[in-house]
Amino acid sequence: MRVLGLILIIITSFFFTGIVFRTKSIFSGRKGRSIFQPMNDIWRLMRKGSVYSQTSSFIFRIAPSIYFASVIIAIMLIPFGGQKGIFSFNCDFVFFAYILAVGKFFNIVGALDTGSSFEGMGASREALYSLLAEPAFFILMGSFALLTGYTSFSDIFISIHFGSYISYAIVALAAYILIIIAMVENSRMPVDDPKTHLELTMVHEVMILDNSGFDLGLIFYATNLKFAMYGAILANLFLTPGKEWFLSIPIFVVVQILFAIIVGIIESFIARFRMNHNSQFIFALTSISLIIFLTVLLMVGKFL
Amino acid sequence: MNHIKIKNNEAIKLAEIPVINYSEFLNFNTALLSKEENHCVQYFGFRKNNLLRLICCMADDNQGIINISSSEISIDNNESYPSFSNIHLAFHCFEREIHENFGLNYTDHPWLKPLRFSFDRFNKNSTITNYPFRQIESEELHEVGVGPIHAGIIEPGHFRFICSGEQILHLEIQLGYQHRGIEKLMISKKKLIERNMLAESIAGDTVIGHSIAYANLWESLCDFKPSEDIQFARTIALEWERIANHTGDLSALCNDIAYQLGGSVFGRLRTPIINTFQMWCGNRLGKSAISPGVNNIPFTNTTAATFSKVMYAFQLDFMEMYDKMSSLPSILARLEKTGIVSKEQSTEIGMVGMSARASNNSRDIRKSHPHDLYHLFNHKPIIKRHGDVYSRTQIRKEEILQSLDYIRNFMDEIPSATEKNMDLNPPAPNMFSLSLVEGWRGEICHCAITDEKGELMLYKIKDPSLHNWLALTLAVRNNEISDFPVCNKSFNLSYCGHDL
Repeated sequence: MRVLGLILIIITSFFFTGIVFRTKSIFSGRKGRSIFQPMNDIWRLMRKGSVYSQTSSFIFRIAPSIYFASVIIAIMLIPFGGQKGIFSFNCDFVFFAYILAVGKFFNIVGALDTGSSFEGMGASREALYSLLAEPAFFILMGSFALLTGYTSFSDIFISIHFGSYISYAIVALAAYILIIIAMVENSRMPVDDPKTHLELTMVHEVMILDNSGFDLGLIFYATNLKFAMYGAILANLFLTPGKEWFLSIPIFVVVQILFAIIVGIIESFIARFRMNHNSQFIFALTSISLIIFLTVLLMVGKFL
Repeated sequence: MNHIKIKNNEAIKLAEIPVINYSEFLNFNTALLSKEENHCVQYFGFRKNNLLRLICCMADDNQGIINISSSEISIDNNESYPSFSNIHLAFHCFEREIHENFGLNYTDHPWLKPLRFSFDRFNKNSTITNYPFRQIESEELHEVGVGPIHAGIIEPGHFRFICSGEQILHLEIQLGYQHRGIEKLMISKKKLIERNMLAESIAGDTVIGHSIAYANLWESLCDFKPSEDIQFARTIALEWERIANHTGDLSALCNDIAYQLGGSVFGRLRTPIINTFQMWCGNRLGKSAISPGVNNIPFTNTTAATFSKVMYAFQLDFMEMYDKMSSLPSILARLEKTGIVSKEQSTEIGMVGMSARASNNSRDIRKSHPHDLYHLFNHKPIIKRHGDVYSRTQIRKEEILQSLDYIRNFMDEIPSATEKNMDLNPPAPNMFSLSLVEGWRGEICHCAITDEKGELMLYKIKDPSLHNWLALTLAVRNNEISDFPVCNKSFNLSYCGHDL
């Protein structure tokens, strides 16, 4: 049963970005394409060969596969309902964060390997934003560990209690942090504009300008998986723990669809931030997670 | 008298333009430019036997006249001359063109680089691949080259940035990829309709503007006075083109800051405007609408009814969308204080048109040198003070509303079509004429000289983009490199209008 979470995340990844695109289309007055179109595009790319520039080395070739593998491993740590993830051990959330960082690292060195001035720019932006988002994630998870006394994903989230108003407040803040981290990590608005054709304004897209065919398909699919993974964290961590499977599966699916629609709505109605506001915006997540930390200290009585 | 004063669309005998020696020529024209109301609309040279004849046309915005002066210099023995640009930068593009085409050397030109790589340029060794970019020797700075292949669907041009991290320190723009030799084709193609089509393709988004400049110029050479209905149709078409392009630009601006709603709504709003063009003259961009001597697009009461209906529906939706957009903090954060061109800069580099007006610099041919029916209404140019991207956004909205008002007032009295079109005489021999038109992007200048048989001997075209590209390079300095696309779009300059 431990694979149930993995299977659900993979199924969600097939239509997640499709729903985002569809929402955006509807809000701009267009009919929009099928929600499976992004997946069809990825399948088409997967069947193509890749083109490599003569100046790039083996790093550029292995980077997409490592990136993809890192996302798959991270997904295996996510618990589902009362179940543990495929792997589960103490402090697995640290492993979770850094296995994703390994993937990102290879993505970045792969981009630098091409020697293009655009891709270096994108790589530096991506590295900066991940760096700024990292403390928020760790303070959040650390607070939860302190609150529950456990240090693995599944134990933490099985034992979080919703009893008092203050814990609802903590969960609401945590959900906000996780949604924004998901947007940052997946290069969506308002931090990055995934639709733009202008290299100079891109963050993630500009790093993969040289990738083509199978490699590009892998990168795109890894992005879909990552989105579904963050959706799964939101659903599993706060809503489904302890519930019966016939309740937790519908909750999971509904949360994922709502998450995708929210992303679509955000992208339809605001403009992208100016680059130098992004760092400020992302770093503000850390202050919010500090609020959670202080609240937890109050709750466990370690705060005088 | 060292110069002659003419009005917009006034033809004079070439011999009436006084020829003065170069130093007087230089002093006269650079002195004119020290007054704010004057600006250079055209400065060009042509071969006359073994001399180079230079003609400089300086417009005086207060009096509505153009001061023409000229000089003849010898360049065959590699002589060098002092440059106008060293005194006033606004001349830089004209002198670069003269240098490129005729090999005229300057002793003190600050930026003597190739302009557009014309086919018959003097120095064939200077090619698009060995353009002398400004170089940097630094470990901290880096260069980013963009283009010539555009990431989207527009035209080719190469942009070389020197950046410190995310900040742009310097931008150099190299154009010339779109050079088609239009000025030469205008002379070698003898049929009127061929020339008409050439004028329409100078810049694909300013079909009406350039074809009006061409038609007015040709009519002045032929001593033809266009009837009121011809002028009426031209004026309406010009304002209509302004509305269409400004709306399209607002859409593109929204797209560049990833504001999807604005992008799609303004894009949608442009469609009924250009579709009305299609209905009125058979082409959505207004091609083959304007020709010298005839009214191809008579404006009738039925046309007026359609226009009113389209304008009513347009304005409602447009205002709703614009109000929504201008009240969104995330949009204002991107547009305000981005890409600033100060008034001093805009005067110094001779900016024209809408983007000059956004920098508090009142340059508007409709007011200063009215053509067609613009003398009938007391046009007040819309001026913005800040010179940033947001000013250029606001000015577009306000000009759209102004144009809608003009067209509405205009349609109250529709002149009846003239029964029979008068025939155009052939152009008079040895004439010089100049035509200025305020297109949606700014001042368009066409200039022609006929030879002793009355054939075209020289045809000079100036699109507003020629001046304004330099404004873009100044605007992006010290901005983030990721704001370059939105700055670029706020000017929306023409590549082919520059390259000809």
